[in-house]
Amino acid sequence: MAKRIAYYPGCSCSGMAIEYDQSTRVLCDALGIELVEISDWNCCGSTPAHSYDPLLGAALAGRNLAIAEAQGFDVVMTPCPSCLRGLKNAVKVYEERKQDFLDLLQMPFSGRIRIISVLQLLYEDVGPETIKNRVQYPFTGKAIVPYYGCLLTRPPEFAQFDDPENPVSLDELLRAVGATVPDFAYKTECCGAAYGVTENDIVGKLTGRLLDMARRVGADAVGVACPLCQQNLDLRQSQVNRYWRTKFRMPILYITQVIGYALGIDSERLGTKKLFISPDALLRDICKHFEKVDESHLG
Amino acid sequence: MRIGVFVCRCGTNIANTVDTEAVANKALEYPDVTHATDYMYTCSEPGQQEIQQAIKEHALQGIVVAACSPRMHEATFRRAVEKAGLNRYMFEQANIREHCSWISSDIEANTRKAMDLVRMSVEKLRFNQPLFSSYVPINKRVLVIGGGVAGIQAALDCAEGGLDVVMVERESTIGGKMAKLDKTFPTIDCSSCILGPKMVDVAQNDNIHLYAYSEIDSVSGYIGNFKVGIRKKATYVDWDACTGCGLCTEKCPAKKCYDRFNEGLGTTTAINIPFPQAIPKKACIDADYCRYFTKGKCKVCQKLCPTSAIRFEMEDEIVTEEVGAIVVATGYDLFDDSVYGEYGGGHYPDVISAMQYERLLSAAGPTGGHIRRPSDGKAPKDIVWLSCIGSRDASVGRPYCSGICCMYIAKQATMTRDHLPDCNCYVSYMDIRAPGKNYDEFVRRAQEEYGVQYFRGRVGKIYPKGDRLIVQGADTLLGIQIEIEADLVVLATGIEPSDGARGLAEKLRISYDDYGFYMESHPKLRPVETNTAGVYLSGVCQGPKDIPASVGQGSAAAAKVQALFSRDTIETDPQVANVKEIACIGCGKCIDVCPFGAIQWKTLRDGSQKAQVLETVCQGCGLCNATCPPKAIQLQHCTDDQILAEVNALCG
Repeated sequence: MAKRIAYYPGCSCSGMAIEYDQSTRVLCDALGIELVEISDWNCCGSTPAHSYDPLLGAALAGRNLAIAEAQGFDVVMTPCPSCLRGLKNAVKVYEERKQDFLDLLQMPFSGRIRIISVLQLLYEDVGPETIKNRVQYPFTGKAIVPYYGCLLTRPPEFAQFDDPENPVSLDELLRAVGATVPDFAYKTECCGAAYGVTENDIVGKLTGRLLDMARRVGADAVGVACPLCQQNLDLRQSQVNRYWRTKFRMPILYITQVIGYALGIDSERLGTKKLFISPDALLRDICKHFEKVDESHLG
Repeated sequence: MRIGVFVCRCGTNIANTVDTEAVANKALEYPDVTHATDYMYTCSEPGQQEIQQAIKEHALQGIVVAACSPRMHEATFRRAVEKAGLNRYMFEQANIREHCSWISSDIEANTRKAMDLVRMSVEKLRFNQPLFSSYVPINKRVLVIGGGVAGIQAALDCAEGGLDVVMVERESTIGGKMAKLDKTFPTIDCSSCILGPKMVDVAQNDNIHLYAYSEIDSVSGYIGNFKVGIRKKATYVDWDACTGCGLCTEKCPAKKCYDRFNEGLGTTTAINIPFPQAIPKKACIDADYCRYFTKGKCKVCQKLCPTSAIRFEMEDEIVTEEVGAIVVATGYDLFDDSVYGEYGGGHYPDVISAMQYERLLSAAGPTGGHIRRPSDGKAPKDIVWLSCIGSRDASVGRPYCSGICCMYIAKQATMTRDHLPDCNCYVSYMDIRAPGKNYDEFVRRAQEEYGVQYFRGRVGKIYPKGDRLIVQGADTLLGIQIEIEADLVVLATGIEPSDGARGLAEKLRISYDDYGFYMESHPKLRPVETNTAGVYLSGVCQGPKDIPASVGQGSAAAAKVQALFSRDTIETDPQVANVKEIACIGCGKCIDVCPFGAIQWKTLRDGSQKAQVLETVCQGCGLCNATCPPKAIQLQHCTDDQILAEVNALCG
């Protein structure tokens, strides 16, 4: 499948979540999808921009789309659900207030570009079946719970992807790599999002509930597709433990890392070392059954 | 033609913003107008007399009244001119109230517009022709589609009046949804005790012929003379021979069949009688589960049947019935709760629908009337009801209120507190809607005497914790988040039109709304009639209703049928399409566009094909008139010439 699409990494994937960016790039490369980073891309504006001025915020995100359109792309993919929302919002605002939007943008824009998440790319454009056929190291016997967070499928008229309350795309991708996927009732509950910075206890409480539920359904790891969710579950896991007086040590892996690893990509290139809760024991288990595997890269 | 014009002042309704005297004076300048005047209330008795007197004094041949909307008083004035010896179609009404005086306060502009409207009516009237109704005989048999309580009531009331009734029910027994209920609100009557006798009456009434396990295949004809094809689905049992002894159902080895009557709680056998009080009490084989049909051998029932009633070779059969009127009572289905992924309906065994809970409460149900949760058969200690599942929620395409759920929740919770006094009952509600007689008192009793705990707010999520369920939501009155640990969650599913309602509507040529509920002819004044003459509505097929309202509408539909059948013939409306055969080119376009199936082919003696309008079926919509390439088909009283005359009056 040779395919060329525009890639919008966004700020978190160039900083805190660099491993999400790395794993997305190597996985797409392995799947024959060429990601072309939008040249001179800028911040989507995130929450501050649209809280300050909805039109200006939309135009800020829209600039990235206009560049991608000018570069001749009809699809732009971003791993971050918040960026995804920001980019989709740009098209929505453009359709509502075309002239105001274009006056600010000062670039030609058609609004016809398709905006998708990496999850949507993997689920709809690649498909679980294709991934299943290419698996080298299946996660057999390992239980990974899918955690979508609140933004990936909601609000439904925005996301236009999967079921807003009971999504299954991540479940099916995890199943495709051979993992056991327990029923995870909290798959779309909030992790506390940006309150990790200002109201730590809220994240402690909400993320703690997620980890507790994951443990109770027998999870060995959590599969995620959002940098902020990953940060709260992984980076703040010790804070959660302090809040709840628990001893969770639950690896929190990006879906791109899980699939990449199952496809035989070196964990170094997937950036698993960047994770705070090391998934090494889990990953070592996966390839234990495969003699030819070079373990040197597993660290 | 000698035309008289009467301009009504309608008290001040028209006269305040239209100079009626000027309009009347102006009318005298129009062609053929020989008399014109204005009057305070033209529709009043003296007003009508003035018209009748003028007809005699001035030898008038046509009348124009400029007044309110013809929907209001056209019939009144037609009667008045008819009494004075004119044909009732030699009358035109110009609407200078709703279309003119009520819209603007500019007297000059309004007066000008009123003059134009009167002029158009005069010009049209000059082309009017006297029209006459014809009479067709009525076949005094009635078809009732659907054997739920609404259909049963309509059938019994018709039969009581001596009419022949044909009842068609698609399940193997009549009784509908009400037969599945345990008790009924607000009196806690046992549902089957009050419905059962009515079902027996249907079976025993000589005037009612029941086709159970049958569906409507085709409908043709028109009011007074419908021809209906009924598909008798194969039951694989000869019902003339079957005595309903039930031996086959005891011995059938395919025991794990989906139990439709018990809403999938528990199982049934491939050959079954849905419940002990079924009417008719006859066995029926479900071919999807029967071992003979799925695996090719078994035939245990055939070997055992004492009356040799089993017929594996049976096929669907189509019978034709001729009737004069049709009562549609196809009822409803319940919303599929699995649409709400966050509640886990159909996924968690202890999240059930309210109808399933009704079967748990029923003494004839799978648990013998003991409240036991489906997962492990334990008696629940905490039950939560969630209201508005598929009601008042635009996000699932159901913005309307189902109207019955608030009441059945109160009933089920009351019954639960009766059966299991230690069980805590919680109800999450949006608003409590209990506007019927004794309804609000009933809900208050559930809250105050039975201690059912109501909290206002939606539940956001349900998930399992051990063998219990956590119900997570908000109390919007207290402004807090709440979590309830429950053993059982009941989803109060709303009403949607019966599966297949749209297809049937197309066969009957009646219309339905966005959701598939059948459209009544007028939302207030003709709630039982449809826009297809001779087809009446009863029960929930027209819109959500409770049992008393459904029964009331069943009786109302029966009354309409009896009123229709009290005459031997029906007078047809002559404002229908008419084919000028000499101009008809036989293209058949009118047949394609007619929404009522009112046009058919006619073969002339020379073998040529022409369109022919069935006057009794035609509703006078005019689609054929607009479609016809050579304008051979003309809608009487609204011909091309008449419309052009009006347009010329306005623009010429």
